[in-house]
Amino acid sequence: MSNAILSFTRLRAQFVKEVLSILRDPRSRMVVFVPPILQLLVFAFAATLEVRNVDIAVYNQDAGRWSHELMQRLDSARFISHVHLVDSQRRLHELIDRGEVIAALAIPADFSRTIAAGDSGRAQVLVDGRRSNSGQITVAYLSTIAAEVGAGITPDAQAPTPVTVRHWFNPNLVYRWFIVPGLTGILALFSALLITSLSIARERELGTFDQLLVSPTSTPEIIISKSLPALAIGTLLGLLMISAGVFAFGIPFTGSFALLLASLVLFILSVVGIGLMISAVSATQQQAILGAFAIGVPAVLMSGFATPVENMPTALQWLAQAIPLTHFLVIVEGTFLKAMPAADILANAWPLAVIALVTLTLATLLVRSRLQ
Amino acid sequence: MGAQPASDAPRQHGQHDAAVVIDNLAKYFGQVQALRGLSASIRYGRLTGLVGPDGAGKTTLMRIMTGLLVPDAGRVTLAGFDVVKDNDAIHVASGYMPQRFGLYEDLSVLENMRLYARLRGMDAEHNAELFDELLEFTRLRPFTARLAGKLSGGMKQKLGLACALMARPKVLLLDEPGVGVDPVSRQDLWRMVQALTDEGMAVVWSTAYLDEAERCESVLLLNQGQLLFDGPPQELTAQLEGRSFRLENVGAERRALLTEALDLPSVSDGVIQGAGVRVVLRAGEGTEQVQALADRAHVELAPVPARFEDAFIDLLGGGPGGTSTLAERLPPVELGSDIAVSCQNLTKRFGAFTATDHVSFEVHKGEIFGLLGPNGAGKSTTFKMLCGLLKPSAGEAHVVGLDLRRATGAAKSRLGYMAQKFSLYGLLSVRQNLEFSAGVYGLEGDTRRERIEEMIATFDLGDWLCATPDSLPLGHKQRLALACSLMHRPPVLFLDEPTSGVDPITRREFWTHINGLARKGVTIMVTTHFMDEAEYCDRVAMLSRARLVALDTPDALKRMTASAQRPDPTMEDAFIQLVEAAERETAAAA
Repeated sequence: MSNAILSFTRLRAQFVKEVLSILRDPRSRMVVFVPPILQLLVFAFAATLEVRNVDIAVYNQDAGRWSHELMQRLDSARFISHVHLVDSQRRLHELIDRGEVIAALAIPADFSRTIAAGDSGRAQVLVDGRRSNSGQITVAYLSTIAAEVGAGITPDAQAPTPVTVRHWFNPNLVYRWFIVPGLTGILALFSALLITSLSIARERELGTFDQLLVSPTSTPEIIISKSLPALAIGTLLGLLMISAGVFAFGIPFTGSFALLLASLVLFILSVVGIGLMISAVSATQQQAILGAFAIGVPAVLMSGFATPVENMPTALQWLAQAIPLTHFLVIVEGTFLKAMPAADILANAWPLAVIALVTLTLATLLVRSRLQ
Repeated sequence: MGAQPASDAPRQHGQHDAAVVIDNLAKYFGQVQALRGLSASIRYGRLTGLVGPDGAGKTTLMRIMTGLLVPDAGRVTLAGFDVVKDNDAIHVASGYMPQRFGLYEDLSVLENMRLYARLRGMDAEHNAELFDELLEFTRLRPFTARLAGKLSGGMKQKLGLACALMARPKVLLLDEPGVGVDPVSRQDLWRMVQALTDEGMAVVWSTAYLDEAERCESVLLLNQGQLLFDGPPQELTAQLEGRSFRLENVGAERRALLTEALDLPSVSDGVIQGAGVRVVLRAGEGTEQVQALADRAHVELAPVPARFEDAFIDLLGGGPGGTSTLAERLPPVELGSDIAVSCQNLTKRFGAFTATDHVSFEVHKGEIFGLLGPNGAGKSTTFKMLCGLLKPSAGEAHVVGLDLRRATGAAKSRLGYMAQKFSLYGLLSVRQNLEFSAGVYGLEGDTRRERIEEMIATFDLGDWLCATPDSLPLGHKQRLALACSLMHRPPVLFLDEPTSGVDPITRREFWTHINGLARKGVTIMVTTHFMDEAEYCDRVAMLSRARLVALDTPDALKRMTASAQRPDPTMEDAFIQLVEAAERETAAAA
């Protein structure tokens, strides 16, 4: 019998036990397999910041050429599914009040006349402020249409197009190109966090943790055997999401796969450390799940997935640097879309290594302190 | 208690009226028949014991009586109300205390009582008086501000009882109130229940412990969902009169003698009592074989009064044999020194609270050493320090000569540990559990395969290898837990309340193995709340308020507490006496 700090036999026994526990525990299975599929579907198809399929209302008092031109363009705009034509200002307000349309356009009776006189035509746009984000985007789209109409008025004159925007890396600004790589990180984060946070708590509930502690197994062995299954499952999920991105959504993968894989492993290790810390202090599996969400949700919100890190107050920006997901998102988005060079990946990977080292050490200490 | 039951129902109906009438009751859970064709009645003003091994159907019957389960056939009336049709009335007429009473651990004692009073729709004015009575009755008054989660097991049970009594029920149903409760607190519970039955309340006390059953005025004995006996326990015991004997003062050879006695065809059951061996003969058998055994060992064979437990085991067809297949296969333990476990000035402080205070003792190789004490006396803290689950604040603990603080891994590979709830991995199969235990103790290759096969053969687990531990019958579960903790052949085995909530037959099988192990030189450290288990120990350390108050053989402890009124005290008497004496001393010193 070996009394070394690490024994392969003991490690293997515990690894098998962990894998079987995760696969046979209905709760763990739920945690591992259901959220990834749901999130993939929800984020990829439903959650989008683009404005599509909206209705707008138009109160057109002008019978002239230019209002007709404007109406034609609205009708053929792809983001509008239906244009409601109304015959009074009051009706216009009603439709907005009831939320049936997101924006309403009132075209005055002298619209075409003013333009014919060489002046600038004016139309009123009413926007539903309750949906401020979509509203703003709609106004931007409407302005573009108005500008196009304006360009048609003076076709001979040089088109006033001082700025032509070209979006690099995602030229058509396809929202999925941005969302799906980010999801890779979020899914790996939650599955690794939940698997590990349940692991010690489950044993404590069953009373098997004491049994483990009286055996000659060492704390590092316990930590390693609980990290490996989570690492394997997390990496697998991450790879699954990456291939879904490449093959199902056709997102260009321009960077180095090997570097991404290495970063993914580092990223999951740092999350595993956090999960084990949560588990070491939880008395029940319920506490562990609550703890995992209490840490996981703010981590996602602050990681730069939803809002840019640069927009946050300085203190929180510092805190965001301590969140593994922040660094991993930079790497995964960069690897997908902009062929991020190795040096840039390393610049974001070393903080992951530091976080992993710190969290895993703390987890070991926390588990050991339970013996005091 | 001065409080009257909700009405003077018992007097109205007269003493012979039944509080509960059970008529041809049946209940199935899928394929499992929890209760079949059960008919009985429970009377007012009496303590009725609901007795039977685990899985006999006790809890199912309790839950049907309180209207929490609907029977599949037959009917039950409680205080005149049908449990199904008058379900609402049942909740008023009955008080129910489940095995784990629903106390809110984050509320104080008083807040829990207030909550249960309000749930019963009682007003505050009325409460003050009733609360006074209940606090007095349960002796919980000094602890009203303490959180329920911080109470000891015994105090939790008393608080549960106070809450169940809030509505002054006519019928009080207590589901295994004695589990995890030390003898002193149990005595309190008995006193309270006695006072309630004196007032005319019908009290039902379910238990797997037969010394508890013996104290009931009437028992319903269940086995596998069927009623085996209904009547006063003495009636059943009387049938066994003249069949119980004790081999007196056997001394060191008592374990060997018990094994031999149990293997005799004329003996149905046997246990160790201090230095003696108590045996029960099969029906119609004479004393010849046992007498011959006594003669060979040069000890006296004396008749002793029959106990309810004797009758119970007899009714179930006798206890298991005396030979442990496990111990037979085990090679004798070789140790460098005669001292297997020792501790010097072992102390553990949690903040300002001292849980273990300068405890020192030595345990010899092959000894069965018991650690006893009331709830909260520091018994489990001491135990945990000895097997390396807690680090002592001061003092030292050694297992087979290895310091638990320095040579942790080495010391831990020499000890086996079996916890209260058979800590097995429920998600792994029986074989996977065995493989895990072998692996975690570093067994490899052929040794590992051989040991696993050996355990499967020894404990007869072959048919269950693919089942999960949770689906095993209790006896097999216990065997599996023992197999897992013995896989690496430890010279020292730690047992933490190993038979809590386990029925007598399974307990006997367990102790057969333990006795066999001790004879092979394995040192056994055991904590228990059950005094008949303390009798199996070579020596017993008694802890009270973190201090070691007595350390001797069970017989010596009993002699120490013998008095004029009680010349032949039981282990339970000795326990209560020693704890009370220690408390008086602490009080006098303060």
